[in-house]
Amino acid sequence: MAKKLLEMRSITKEFPGVKALDNVNITVDEGEIHAVVGENGAGKTTLMHVLSGVHPYGSYSGDVFFDGQLCRYQGIKDSERDGIVIIHQELALVPYLSIGENMFLGNEQMKGRGVIDWHKTYQRAEEYLRIVGLNEDPRMLVKDISVSKQQLLEIAKALAKNVRLLILDEPTSSLNEADSRNVLDLLLRLKQEQGMTSIIISHKLNEISYCADRITILRDGSTVETLDNTSDEIPEERIVKGMVGREMTERYPSRSRKIQQDVALEVKGFTVYHELFTDRKVVDDVSFKVHKGEVVGIYGLIGAGRTELAMSIFGQAYGTKTAGTILKDGCPLELNSVPDAIRAKFAYVTEDRKGSGLILSNTIMHNITLPRMDFVSNKGRIDKDLEKKMADHYRESLDIKAPTVEQLVENLSGGNQQKVLLGKWIFSQPEILILDEPTRGVDVGAKYEIYQIINELVEEGKSALFISSELTEILGMCDRIYVMNRGRLIAEFPAQEATQEIIMNCIMQDSKGEIGA
Amino acid sequence: MTSLRTTFRNNLKQYMMLIALIALVFAFQFLTKGVLLKPMNVSNLIFQNAYVVILAVGMLLCILTGGNIDLSVGSVVALVGACAGTFIITWGWNPHLSILLCLAIGILIGAWQGFWIAYMRIPAFIVSLSGMLVFRGLTLIVLNGLTLAPFPPAYLGYSTGFVADLFPELGLFGVRNTTSLLVGILIAVIFCITQVTGYLGRKNKGYTLEKVWTLVLKMALISPAVIWLFYILASYRGIPMVLIIVGIVLLVYSYLTSHTVMGRHLYALGGNEKAARLSGVKTKRLLFLAYVNMAFLAAVAGIVFAARLNSASPQAGQNFELDAIGSCFLGGASAYGGVGTVGGTLIGALFMGVLNNGMSIMGISSNVQQVVKGLVLLAAVAFDAVSKNKLPFNLPRFGKRSMEGKQTLES
Repeated sequence: MAKKLLEMRSITKEFPGVKALDNVNITVDEGEIHAVVGENGAGKTTLMHVLSGVHPYGSYSGDVFFDGQLCRYQGIKDSERDGIVIIHQELALVPYLSIGENMFLGNEQMKGRGVIDWHKTYQRAEEYLRIVGLNEDPRMLVKDISVSKQQLLEIAKALAKNVRLLILDEPTSSLNEADSRNVLDLLLRLKQEQGMTSIIISHKLNEISYCADRITILRDGSTVETLDNTSDEIPEERIVKGMVGREMTERYPSRSRKIQQDVALEVKGFTVYHELFTDRKVVDDVSFKVHKGEVVGIYGLIGAGRTELAMSIFGQAYGTKTAGTILKDGCPLELNSVPDAIRAKFAYVTEDRKGSGLILSNTIMHNITLPRMDFVSNKGRIDKDLEKKMADHYRESLDIKAPTVEQLVENLSGGNQQKVLLGKWIFSQPEILILDEPTRGVDVGAKYEIYQIINELVEEGKSALFISSELTEILGMCDRIYVMNRGRLIAEFPAQEATQEIIMNCIMQDSKGEIGA
Repeated sequence: MTSLRTTFRNNLKQYMMLIALIALVFAFQFLTKGVLLKPMNVSNLIFQNAYVVILAVGMLLCILTGGNIDLSVGSVVALVGACAGTFIITWGWNPHLSILLCLAIGILIGAWQGFWIAYMRIPAFIVSLSGMLVFRGLTLIVLNGLTLAPFPPAYLGYSTGFVADLFPELGLFGVRNTTSLLVGILIAVIFCITQVTGYLGRKNKGYTLEKVWTLVLKMALISPAVIWLFYILASYRGIPMVLIIVGIVLLVYSYLTSHTVMGRHLYALGGNEKAARLSGVKTKRLLFLAYVNMAFLAAVAGIVFAARLNSASPQAGQNFELDAIGSCFLGGASAYGGVGTVGGTLIGALFMGVLNNGMSIMGISSNVQQVVKGLVLLAAVAFDAVSKNKLPFNLPRFGKRSMEGKQTLES
């Protein structure tokens, strides 16, 4: 029996309104690769933040023991001193510094106080590069090496910190098949040669069963089970069952389904190119239909191209290069700008309400009327009284909890902000609502209310395209479901036929090509 | 009632600055033994600060678009003055047409800078820094390094003159210029009428109404203040022409920012550019127009300032951009954009102006004046930052923890 390196006992972490972690237990043995899997929002990242001290000791309940010692980390610095290093999904490298400088960033090789020993820096950088199998000059700038090499560099950087427990958050999410394989093989090699312990968080279950010794499954902030993968390979279906196998209770309000025969929106052969690398397709030949009064779901993991698709339909708000046709009520449309799309009665509720949805420094009223100022103005002059009346109407009908519509949006809670965002687009009188993760970061109660609002809208004959990476939500709300993976729609199911297992399997089959597991 | 409280809280900084301005005026009135508010000095205050107010209003629009500033305005003021001097003094052109031509030159300059900032995405700081050098250089080339003077009276009349007295013999209430007093009373009456009709109009349409006492209070405070100001002006030589120019600029731009779709879009752009774009705001065009407008107002200020100096000088307008930027921030504009009002900017500009004027009357050396102005600016903005973020004063010790708090919220 191997020695326990890490033990996290009944960890509970609450955010205002949400219990992100609820009595989570996990143990990691020395020299194993331990996988943590779960749906989006299951609490994987929060758990890792607790472990690495991003959430400081005292802000959660429960105990973390590392190497037999109780941990009282106040920040990442403290956990790194013990050899716990976390590599985030978004790489944290400075592009205009060299490989060597990045490797020892915050851990500089010094002679004397505060003076960098460049000779030692580059010599040691070279040693670590060799360990991870990189043949680069450590003086090269990070911006000049590929993303997969940057990922290896991150691991080398962790090794340079005398890592004892390496945590990788979605290390392969932006890598292709061969590069992903390379990273996983490196982890296996480091385990064998140096006895390194690592925790890997991933959505790609084939990768997990390829490299992990044990698998801990989280669901809704709790540990479901820990599976042993050392002796024989656990079928992926088994992992999926653990991830999603929950009781469906009354979490979704019912609506009277009045789907009409008329097609409200049809998209044909839609291709979107990356906004910077214009020869790379992020959405590849996508075609779909939305009927009047229908909620159509697009399910896909993060990075599948859902947001890019949605924003491109909405007046080419993403990137510069798209191809394909959009038909509304059977007529082809040229939507070259967002004002075009708004006038054609499209609405796009963004997934990132703070970043691109709301103007936090403005009032509720100003946010709600922004997309259609022409509704409350006459020849460019705003009728402030009418505006206030309209805003008040939406505040009441959506039950936005604020004393007045003159309240600044930044002072509202997440759920209420989301309602303002919805209200803003309902105010624009759309016929087609594109909802991109409409319940992200919203507590359970507000979620239910948002579902109700969506139901009311489609009951009026509007159509909704519902994009989400939460499977249960897609199944609970949609009439028809498209599955999106790697920029393509790979399957379509009527809601009655779809189950979580079928959809997850579908994505797994499609991703099979990515890695030969 | 709650609505009133929210409005009050959203504009807290402005009210604070207004109270601070009134306190400052009283303090200098006392310290200068009553010289500050002497009719002649009030006229002086207006002449001294007219161009700052005009520039600050233009700067406000740039700052609203996202904390962008324009460093070139001082040079544009000089260049426009130089052009006016060359056209009118050297070439003897018609002053009225020359003024129109100078305004057109201002718009061209703005289009040049706006193009690089809005469509080429070059930071405003850099484009306007370049403009600061280019336009100062062009001024020197146009003037050949020399000062042109004097301007003909037809040109000067636009800004250094006073409105003629229609009733010179009347001497109402013993003032020198009865017309000014009557204009003041007229403005006060018009103000009250628009307030009351607006109130009644809202009542008829069944909209939510403010309390009657707030309406009465508003009228009871503002009307006497207006009449008092014009009474003082009437006691000297009447209404300065430049006050009319400034008044029009203030009216037009406060209407633009608070009552038009374009103004609303400006706040949206500065508050969150991505969100504004996704809401159908034409962000690039708006940014472009903000800079065209800035240069246009700089041209207006250039004409006013050249008239005040009665010369076109290659050194004109130096550091004007700093006065304008300072006024905006002092008046509550956010350095990140999206927050700020024309009224606040006026208060900020007057604050700086009174501070300058008062200290000069007291005979404080200009070296000390600069130090005081700099510290006041920092104090005002720092007060705002501290009250907003509720940061503890011992910042360094808690800095790390507050960072972690932020990460917690984001994750």
